[in-house]
Amino acid sequence: MKNSTTKIPYQLPDALGHFGPYGGRFVAETLMQPLEELRLAYERYRNDPEFCAELDFDLKHFVGRPSPLYYAKRWSETLGGARIYLKREDLNHTGAHKINNTVGQALLAKRMGKKRVIAETGAGQHGVATATVAARFGFECVVYMGSEDIQRQAINVYRMKLLGATVVPVTSGSKTLKDALNEAMRDWVTNIDNTFYIIGTVAGPHPYPAMVRDFQAVIGREARAQMLEQEGKLPDALVACVGGGSNAMGLFYPFIDDNGVAMYGVEAAGDGMHTDRHAASLGAGRPGVLHGNRTYLLEDADGQIIETHSISAGLDYPGVGPEHAWLKDAGRAHYVPITDAEALQAFHQLTRLEGIIPALESSHALAYAAKLAPTLRKDQTVLVNLSGRGDKDIHTVAAIEGIKV
Amino acid sequence: MNRIDACFKQLRERKLSALVPYFTAGDPHPDTTVPMMHAMVEAGADIIELGVPFSDPMADGPVIQRASERALLHHVSLKRVFEFVRAFRMTDSTTPVILMGYLNPVEVMGYASFAAQAAAAGVDGVLTVDLPPEEGAEFVAALDRHQIAPIFLIAPTTPPARIKIICSFARGFVYYVSLKGVTGAANLDILAVTEKLKQIRAASSLPVGVGFGIRDAQTAASVAAVADAVVVGSAVVKQIEEHGAAGAVNAVAKLLREMRAAMDFGRLG
Repeated sequence: MKNSTTKIPYQLPDALGHFGPYGGRFVAETLMQPLEELRLAYERYRNDPEFCAELDFDLKHFVGRPSPLYYAKRWSETLGGARIYLKREDLNHTGAHKINNTVGQALLAKRMGKKRVIAETGAGQHGVATATVAARFGFECVVYMGSEDIQRQAINVYRMKLLGATVVPVTSGSKTLKDALNEAMRDWVTNIDNTFYIIGTVAGPHPYPAMVRDFQAVIGREARAQMLEQEGKLPDALVACVGGGSNAMGLFYPFIDDNGVAMYGVEAAGDGMHTDRHAASLGAGRPGVLHGNRTYLLEDADGQIIETHSISAGLDYPGVGPEHAWLKDAGRAHYVPITDAEALQAFHQLTRLEGIIPALESSHALAYAAKLAPTLRKDQTVLVNLSGRGDKDIHTVAAIEGIKV
Repeated sequence: MNRIDACFKQLRERKLSALVPYFTAGDPHPDTTVPMMHAMVEAGADIIELGVPFSDPMADGPVIQRASERALLHHVSLKRVFEFVRAFRMTDSTTPVILMGYLNPVEVMGYASFAAQAAAAGVDGVLTVDLPPEEGAEFVAALDRHQIAPIFLIAPTTPPARIKIICSFARGFVYYVSLKGVTGAANLDILAVTEKLKQIRAASSLPVGVGFGIRDAQTAASVAAVADAVVVGSAVVKQIEEHGAAGAVNAVAKLLREMRAAMDFGRLG
């Protein structure tokens, strides 16, 4: 008999897409068979040498991978404590991690013979990343975006239009990311025969959470190898922001079995966790069903989904990927809140000390790293996923500071 | 025999199809919900499908989305919906009532509590749009304990093997979604519907209802010719939206009377 203490490697989700009680496939019947076809196509191609070679080629030559792992020396020394490394996803083509996933799903769409792709977007980064691959592969592209977000992210809206995408404003509900997702689902159910829905985060019905995680896991695989190369050891802690949670899941996943590596997912605390203006579904929500999966949700006593708030459109979402829900319950990852004000402070600090303007989403991760690093020794390391660059947020930051750009 | 089975048995004897109107509870105002239900029965409805409002009605088109938003302005919760059904049952003990909605409000209440309260109020069936049989075993068991029928959807994309699985979970009737899309979408293709109904009838002896895309008396009649039940949602809700609290009940009753007459034309012995 084998040693019973041998650790079983992490291998979620199960066959039906469950991460413990979370995940699954909660959609109207019309979508069940198309989701099963998508799962079968993904299972077939994920280990197909030709598919993998094409994906690797595109990640290298189109996206610009591997992204650097950068030791933020001045910032680390200013904070005093652990050495902070930044995984530079902001240097990817289109300026964020989102492109890793859209390239993967576009290659899958091509193999499935779909001619039209649709997407939802919050900050616009996933919309831009989808419009980008659509332009490159010659797909028709429609992006759903909350009308509130369209106001906040005018530059990304124009980028999508330049790339040939149709941007459809969503005016229902809270007019943000969750409503854009509803609308994209409605489009998909109507145009199922010719359309591939490129979901941008690790949420939605099975197989999306696992598939998007797998496409984003290139972040963690690279970072793990780069850390071993530069430091000769694994990091002591990982830090990434969590809205839906794709950049965090991409970073965390290859480290899940490394028990010495702590994981921190940083949620948007908006005006503060003592107010009702935040977007911390893991910190303040409870399990429920939305957008095709069971996960932690921000909802009222009747089960109606409530409006969220964050300075960053990309974190302004009342749910979270089901695998994060599971990692929270299992105690493997910790989820912590960072307010708008704290994120803004980190935004400025990194810009001034390292010459890197981070996205407001990523600034949440940076702000938590700035709290964590001083509690650790100088020979310890913290790896932060710098998931996107801040160009798109310049107007938001300027407006807060009363400056007209 | 429960109310749904009794209703279909009685209709079958008369060679008629059921007229099943849908509207969202609390739309346009909570005060009109129970009078609307009674008016529907009077105008010829056989079963009432009462929508439970939800903040994120992913499977619904704009008409029913707006109905949900109007109802939520009045904070119509599941508990409130049970109160409507209980009030309706004071004077109508025979017309089946089916709740249609999304899973999350039910999850919050808990399956066992939901089923017990629904049964106590006089609910006969529950259709949870975003709960496929694969995820629904526990919920179906909770409904079974209170003799409430779980109603499941079958879609144009559902393959034959899956139709069998769905029918094995379903009670009361199965609901065929006549087109790929959201509620209130384009016109249905009656030939395609007839073809699919053959597959469903081969898999199950349950009555088959057809919904999505039935907008007037004519489409209602053509569906009634092939289906056991005709479900009318957006067309009803559109009347409510256009006429508001003052005129909605009369406008809906008029639409249903026209549908009833067209469906029964030439079939009444």
